[in-house]
Amino acid sequence: MSQKYHYLARRLHSFTGIFPVGIFLCVHLCINSFIFKGPEAYDWAIGLLERSPLTPYIEVGLIGIPILYHALYGVWVTYISKTNIFQYKYFRNWMFYLQRFTAIVTFLFVFWHIYVLRIARIFTGTEMDFATIAAWLSDPTIYIIYIIGYLAAVFHFCNGIWSFLISWGITIGSEAQNFVMCVCTLIFIALGVVGIAGLTLLSKAVVLIR
Amino acid sequence: MSDVILKIKRQDGPNSRPYWEEFKVPVAPKANVISLLLEIQRNPVNLQGKPTTPVIWDCNCLEEVCGACSMVINGVARQACAALVDTLSKPIVLQPLSKFPLVRDLMVDRQKMFENLKKIKAWVPIDGTYYMGPGPKVAPSVQDERYLISCCMTCGCCMEACPYVNPKSNYMGPTCMAQVKLFNAHPTGAMYKDERLDAIAGDGGIADCGNAQNCERVCPKEIPLVSIIAELNRETAFRGFNRWLKGKPKGPGLAAPG
Repeated sequence: MSQKYHYLARRLHSFTGIFPVGIFLCVHLCINSFIFKGPEAYDWAIGLLERSPLTPYIEVGLIGIPILYHALYGVWVTYISKTNIFQYKYFRNWMFYLQRFTAIVTFLFVFWHIYVLRIARIFTGTEMDFATIAAWLSDPTIYIIYIIGYLAAVFHFCNGIWSFLISWGITIGSEAQNFVMCVCTLIFIALGVVGIAGLTLLSKAVVLIR
Repeated sequence: MSDVILKIKRQDGPNSRPYWEEFKVPVAPKANVISLLLEIQRNPVNLQGKPTTPVIWDCNCLEEVCGACSMVINGVARQACAALVDTLSKPIVLQPLSKFPLVRDLMVDRQKMFENLKKIKAWVPIDGTYYMGPGPKVAPSVQDERYLISCCMTCGCCMEACPYVNPKSNYMGPTCMAQVKLFNAHPTGAMYKDERLDAIAGDGGIADCGNAQNCERVCPKEIPLVSIIAELNRETAFRGFNRWLKGKPKGPGLAAPG
């Protein structure tokens, strides 16, 4: 990385984590939450994005490129860090490590997730709806992978908010940082519970319909 | 007088292979780690009873204000002079700081930190050919804030504990960031404010910080490094936006030399 753009590249990495990647994660989860209103509502919600004429542009420009940048630069940032969690067993040091650990898990999960549910579909032409997803998630292995990948992504997002606010110099004092940490913990717990409930509902749906 | 076992990571020179050697050393009441090393120097015989070379280490003030005797004691970077034997778990394990070039045994070369301080212009520009009058007044609140940072002794503990200070990264480390705040908070030092912010917005600068926050935990002088780094994150960001939105300032004094 050029010396002149080092700061910019690193800050862009921090920025893209929230805008648009984090925001997109929230939108994605909002759409998925329609599962709690039943299969018809779910199909209507996931069809919303597909019907928009802007979707291909949003998918590439607002989601694809930023996520690729955040992921690839993030792998580099993780690679150049030297963990010392067993030497310095501080809470924040562990969170620092977990942030990078969940980054790698999320990286693998998200690219696999995008490949099987978005890219592969272009070639196979499978319709993306409740029935397909429910059948897909009824496989226990895939269900477990989804739970792990989802929790990793949400952890990375929540701890990322905390880290973002420091990297941009918004939360400076320890009180402010601790307050944000409490809020982020609550968000993580809430998203975790709702997400697992949603995934479980989807994975059991095939059995329920029969 | 009781005996204590010391396990020391030794290395005969910068390019030699490291090895572990154990020593059994008598301890006087209220002894510190330095006094144990002095004991080895007096009687360089290892645990197996074999004569060996005395262990080399660096120290100076013996009251935790110079930072020279920093080493990794039981896994954590700290000063050997302030590490009281009674408070340490046994056997006591001593290792040299791993983030600096090794000289011999427990002695390292901390020159890197001095080079970094030069990069960020960690001084107040008062050089002149004539008397420049008394310096500007500093508010007591600013004095208090600056005093805390001025206690930094470039001991290197924050560098040692930082996950981003390592051979793969150029990160200058938390100590430099604290010095930017120290000199930017001084009315005369503030003349170089923008240059210092630009220096830490460059390669190896503040953006390399990964918010592990170990630095503040290990700092023997309890300098609020986390808040300082967060504040400089804000200042470098504002400086960056301003520089881009306003454009480069123009004036006869700012013309490029030559």
